[in-house]
Amino acid sequence: MHKVTSIEYYSVRDIKGPLMIIENVSNVAYDELVEIETPTGETRLGKVLEVGFGLAIVQVFEGTTGLSPKGTKARFLGKTFELPVTEDMLGRIFDGLGKPIDGLPPPVPRDYLDINGAPINPERRDYPTNFIQTGISAIDGMNTLIRGQKLPIFSGAGLPHNMLAAQIARQATVIGQEEEFAVIFAAIGVQHDEASFFKKSLEETGAIKRSALFLNLADDPAFERIITPRIALTLAEYLAFEKDMHVLVILTDMTNYGEALREISAAREEVPGRKGYPGYLYTDLATIYERAGRIKGKKGSITQMPILTMPNDDISHPIPDLTAYITEGQIVLSRDLYRIGIYPPINVLMSLSRLMRDGIGEGKTRSDHPEVASQLYASYARAQELRALALIVGESSLTPTDLLYLRYAEVFERKFLAQSYYENRDIWKTLDLAWEVLSMLPETELTRIKEKHIKQYYRKKA
Amino acid sequence: MSSKVGKISWISGPTVRAEGLEGIKMYEVVYVGYDKLIGEVIAVSGDKAVIQVYENTSGLRPGEPVYKTGEPLSVTLGPGIIGRTYDGVQRPLDIIALKVGFFVKRGVTVDPLPTDRKWFFEPKVKVGEEVVEGDILGFVQETPLIKHAIMVPIGIEGKVSYIAKEGEYYITEVIAEITKNENKYSVNLYQKWPVRRPRPYKERLEPEVPLITGQRIIDILFPIAKGGTAAIPGGFGTGKTVMLHQIAAWCDARVVIYIGCGERGNEMAEVLVKFPELTDPYSGRPLMERTILIANTSNMPISAREASIYTGISIAEYYRDMGYDVVLVADSTSRWAEALREISGRLEEMPAEEGFPPYLASRLAEFYERAGRVVTLGRDKRIGSVTVIGAVSPPGGDFSEPVTVHTLRFVRTFWGLDSALAYSRHYPAINWIISYSLYVDSIAKWWEKFIGKNWLILRRKIQEILQKEDELKEIVKLLGPEALPDNEKLILDVARMIREGFLQQNAFDPIDSYCSVEKQYKMLKLFVEFYENAKATLEKGISLTKIRSMPVIVKLMRCRYTVPNDKTEELDKLHQEIIDSFNKIISE
Repeated sequence: MHKVTSIEYYSVRDIKGPLMIIENVSNVAYDELVEIETPTGETRLGKVLEVGFGLAIVQVFEGTTGLSPKGTKARFLGKTFELPVTEDMLGRIFDGLGKPIDGLPPPVPRDYLDINGAPINPERRDYPTNFIQTGISAIDGMNTLIRGQKLPIFSGAGLPHNMLAAQIARQATVIGQEEEFAVIFAAIGVQHDEASFFKKSLEETGAIKRSALFLNLADDPAFERIITPRIALTLAEYLAFEKDMHVLVILTDMTNYGEALREISAAREEVPGRKGYPGYLYTDLATIYERAGRIKGKKGSITQMPILTMPNDDISHPIPDLTAYITEGQIVLSRDLYRIGIYPPINVLMSLSRLMRDGIGEGKTRSDHPEVASQLYASYARAQELRALALIVGESSLTPTDLLYLRYAEVFERKFLAQSYYENRDIWKTLDLAWEVLSMLPETELTRIKEKHIKQYYRKKA
Repeated sequence: MSSKVGKISWISGPTVRAEGLEGIKMYEVVYVGYDKLIGEVIAVSGDKAVIQVYENTSGLRPGEPVYKTGEPLSVTLGPGIIGRTYDGVQRPLDIIALKVGFFVKRGVTVDPLPTDRKWFFEPKVKVGEEVVEGDILGFVQETPLIKHAIMVPIGIEGKVSYIAKEGEYYITEVIAEITKNENKYSVNLYQKWPVRRPRPYKERLEPEVPLITGQRIIDILFPIAKGGTAAIPGGFGTGKTVMLHQIAAWCDARVVIYIGCGERGNEMAEVLVKFPELTDPYSGRPLMERTILIANTSNMPISAREASIYTGISIAEYYRDMGYDVVLVADSTSRWAEALREISGRLEEMPAEEGFPPYLASRLAEFYERAGRVVTLGRDKRIGSVTVIGAVSPPGGDFSEPVTVHTLRFVRTFWGLDSALAYSRHYPAINWIISYSLYVDSIAKWWEKFIGKNWLILRRKIQEILQKEDELKEIVKLLGPEALPDNEKLILDVARMIREGFLQQNAFDPIDSYCSVEKQYKMLKLFVEFYENAKATLEKGISLTKIRSMPVIVKLMRCRYTVPNDKTEELDKLHQEIIDSFNKIISE
């Protein structure tokens, strides 16, 4: 930006939803930060969404409740929204706009960064290949998390996604490298209980010292939700690429983010896309999710784990659908599994980790890992087909091999998938368990595994 | 005299309105603001223009200047393109990184081609020779794989009045002069071409040569011809990108252009890491020596995403004009359509279906029509082709949405990806019931002439078995598999063998990743013959259980990753073993 203006305008013309139209403005920049002062002296922040022909459309983050065109003052600050950043933000708690709410003074900033960031040059990205051991068999064995990956958890109301995320934050390590993750937690419109659950679980392990929490809770202004994930990622980028840290970012719940975006779009009277969400939802989500990864020549990394609750458990809803088009896979939770008491209730067939194949196998985990994962899937998928069939025609009309598949699925769910909230299984344990389960099937059914590994592991006690 | 500088009057995201631009033309390139951001005019009214800006417009203010250039958005064509990674408006990303670091910042001007590098030019014409547009003046060895033809630019003809001697030249140096009626035209090693205009050719040819991809389900069941078009729609996680990477890596084209259009940054990183390590099965050279990447990831400016498709296809046509077979892969055309939608929305145009502009269909048609196998301009009648393969990302995996529906009207091959197959880790997850190719008959001659007899009959047999399985599955759902007679159970068995042993292909297995045409043909034959033999054996009264327990089945199922491409004689042995095994159970 070239010139800083700090003229104050009293010329608010309209207020509509989160938007405010200010007239007779000059020299206002697109995306500029605006400070709004009410007659009572309270200040709010906003940004310019559209400017021209003497008008500026401003989105007010804290909402427009209580504002009146009369007496409201707008000051254009001559800069975009910037976050003061420093390593000392770890161990602290902030509100959804980045102000400390833990009663301590604001940390002394080392730098100010535009919260929108800038796209990482694809040519400078380093392809992520470091296996992160989460200690959860369904993830490590079949949907491996990689350092620098963005892997969301697709959940539904009432499912234990928060427990799963907290367990991952607590247990995640890279084998052979004893560095711990810095955890950045952004609550986007979640309930107080959920936020304090995370805080407590980080405190339990002492991880809170290397964590920063940004909280926009359910009763905080909805439009702040546009800002909260961006603030969290701005700090993450600073820590990862300036301070060489490995950062794990948890964003919960992205559905609330999408809804805030929809509300703003509706207020602007934009042509809606599917289910009333704006046509640019994909691009907008990408500006959040793409802020993950590794950069050539930099030590640090950003791993993202967004959580979203699928409205009505519908995976084809625009938010999970577009998210999965951007992220490198998804972990899908299943209500059916949870109902029969399986934790973590991960629906492995619908889950996927796109970066898995380059982070596992010889030299990374174990040479049989890719084949074992593929076989677990294929056999479980076959078992699910047979389960559906058995419901209709009865088990008696299935072949003996088919019946083995049914038993396989049962044991797979109870022994391999299920584990306790405090159980941290290493990858060798996970793979051994996988072989134990696969050994229930006849050798001829294991077509995805090469002979070499069959000889080595099939029906051998670990 | 028209004014050279106008000023910004309105800004909304990537869309800017400006006034005071007298004589401004549609699709003219302009520089916007003090930072001189690149933009393109997309609507004109008097001296006012609507501009789509290819860079982030944060901080731009009304009143800032807008500079005219008088030129349409163009690509710079010349040696140095191959192996490069460009953004949507042909700026090399590695040079941007050198200038501004690992984040893409705006207002960076960089040359598309290296100006500080000399190329060895080898003239092919003499002074006094008459030349027409498209004639080759000489060659530059661009990479060990690509001999880059320096052609007479479109619209130029006359007598060669100067030609440079064999030797090293910068791309900006004049290497030839062509004179006609006192007018002299200087030719450099590079030329410019407006991206939105298709490059002309002499004549279109029938698509009768298959593009070999090394992927069995494509080459055998749903083939694509050189110069053809294909769409690959699929919901998330169905393996679109892996499929496109496989095609880019293994297809038998001479030049591959991969456009990452609004997709993941890590996917481009993957290509950049892996392609230099992979070798082209046809030449044994690193794949990067024939590949051009255009990367405009989902978080990069949206209007440059719109341009990236045109940048890519113009480069493709240029290499086609040299006589090369070029493959252009666009991942994903849905993101490109979304860019159209966003710009259209900001202009408050009347929307058609789901907010997409009414001109979506005609834009898609224009793009796919730029594919083709042609006789190029120039008197030596070179033949070149551009094959276009576009991924489509339908929301919710629903193929009835506008981008999929309109795309299918303009492409001749349809590879429909299926989430249910992907969930059971059947890759490639191309659904064999809904997919189709309209090139089967025209390329059958090629297969039967060069690879093996009865290709058409054999592949039809496979399709019949799969089709029959699909029908039988409905019955099984109601009555259970035991209710079927043995000959129908056999169809289910063989269909499963075909699915797992033939259609499935592991992109990450060193042997299975690429399957040579010889191996494909022999495997095809093995599966069909297995079925024929099994059927005959059943008819002789031998039980299905006996057939099912034949050890040769496991061998057949595993041959895709046990028999290397250069040892297909092992498949002949396997063939004999199958016949022997059947003879054995018959004689028992």
